[in-house]
Amino acid sequence: MATPTLEKADAAPEPGFADSPYITVTFRVRRFNPEVSAEAVWEDFQLEIDPKERVLDGLHKIKWDVDGTLTFRRSCAHGICGSDAMRINGKNRLACKTLIKDINPEKPITVEPIKGLTVLKDLVVDMEPFFQAYRDVMPFLITKDTNEPTRERFQTAEDRERFDDTTKCILCAACTSSCPVFWNDGQYFGPAAIVNAHRFIFDSRDEAGEQRLEILNDRDGVWRCRTTFNCTDACPRGIEVTKAIQEVKRALITRRF
Amino acid sequence: MATTETTASGIGPVEGGSVHNVDNPAPLIEAPRKRTKKSPKSTRGNFEMYGWLFMRLSGIVLVVLVLGHLLIQLVLDGGVSKIGFAFVAGRWASPFWQVWDLLMLWLAMLHGANGLRTVINDYAERANTRLWLKGLLYTATVFTILLGTLVIFTFDPNIR
Repeated sequence: MATPTLEKADAAPEPGFADSPYITVTFRVRRFNPEVSAEAVWEDFQLEIDPKERVLDGLHKIKWDVDGTLTFRRSCAHGICGSDAMRINGKNRLACKTLIKDINPEKPITVEPIKGLTVLKDLVVDMEPFFQAYRDVMPFLITKDTNEPTRERFQTAEDRERFDDTTKCILCAACTSSCPVFWNDGQYFGPAAIVNAHRFIFDSRDEAGEQRLEILNDRDGVWRCRTTFNCTDACPRGIEVTKAIQEVKRALITRRF
Repeated sequence: MATTETTASGIGPVEGGSVHNVDNPAPLIEAPRKRTKKSPKSTRGNFEMYGWLFMRLSGIVLVVLVLGHLLIQLVLDGGVSKIGFAFVAGRWASPFWQVWDLLMLWLAMLHGANGLRTVINDYAERANTRLWLKGLLYTATVFTILLGTLVIFTFDPNIR
């Protein structure tokens, strides 16, 4: 916007002002405050916003200019930290990677917390069960004898390529909280934990793949996956999550027969 | 909640002063998916893997068995109108059809029961509901398998 505010006040429609990028968008946000009510309610916010901006910018506008009590998580705001996964128009996405023009701004944009985890306030959920499942698969390099890192652990480009897809995970929980099995039974490890197990199971430098496979052979492990592909659709990093889960299943079967 | 000194945001007139304090603490939200002592212990067996594998393999065999069964019973040679005591007696005189029907009975029942078991695991939320539904399922499965097996092995064409 190059138009100075002074000119805007007296001479109403400037030639360049007619094609203003700003449009009116309704944000329909799921609000929950346990100190006020046990019920979550929808609240509408009307915003003047450039459709090329992101949903996160809209939430910032609300929080900074309209209602400071709106609570949500975000850290880097550039799709790397994985803090601002939320259910936007019924689909799990990162608010910082979703442009308003891409999600039909003519209709109200619904913003809800991700499902299957306890809502603490507004869009903030308790991520502890999610990280518990992540810790359970031991997401770190394990070596048997040569624990001392005395030299570099070499790996061929092909060996690195084997698990490249699952290294992209940012632990935003968009996949796990889109999984219908996880919604109903939080004991299921969930796609994100399996993806991060996959990252080490298929790493040629790691030596605890068998242990991790044994953990995922559990009643609540990979066999509860129903291949609904919700996780693959939800992943903001484009990881083929369901494929990774299937590869773990195949590894479990082929290593036992 | 709507006392005079609180606003819609739950913040009192004093800046930063919540309606909750040490004597009146905010409600504790129990995490429903927390891993507690009551949550199921992890299993170290291959049961779920064999179950998963069985579903795939029995499914493939059942496609042949069931489609063949339907073709013989309903389409070929006069269709459903030909089926009678004599027709069944005639087929079960051959060990081939005995084995076919026995295999179909066992595979279909176990395949269906395992499928329903996973459905119950996925959809029944309370432990008690799960227990009763699975109890009912296993009872019905065992009863049907035993009864069907008994009939196939003890079938007497001269029953009258």
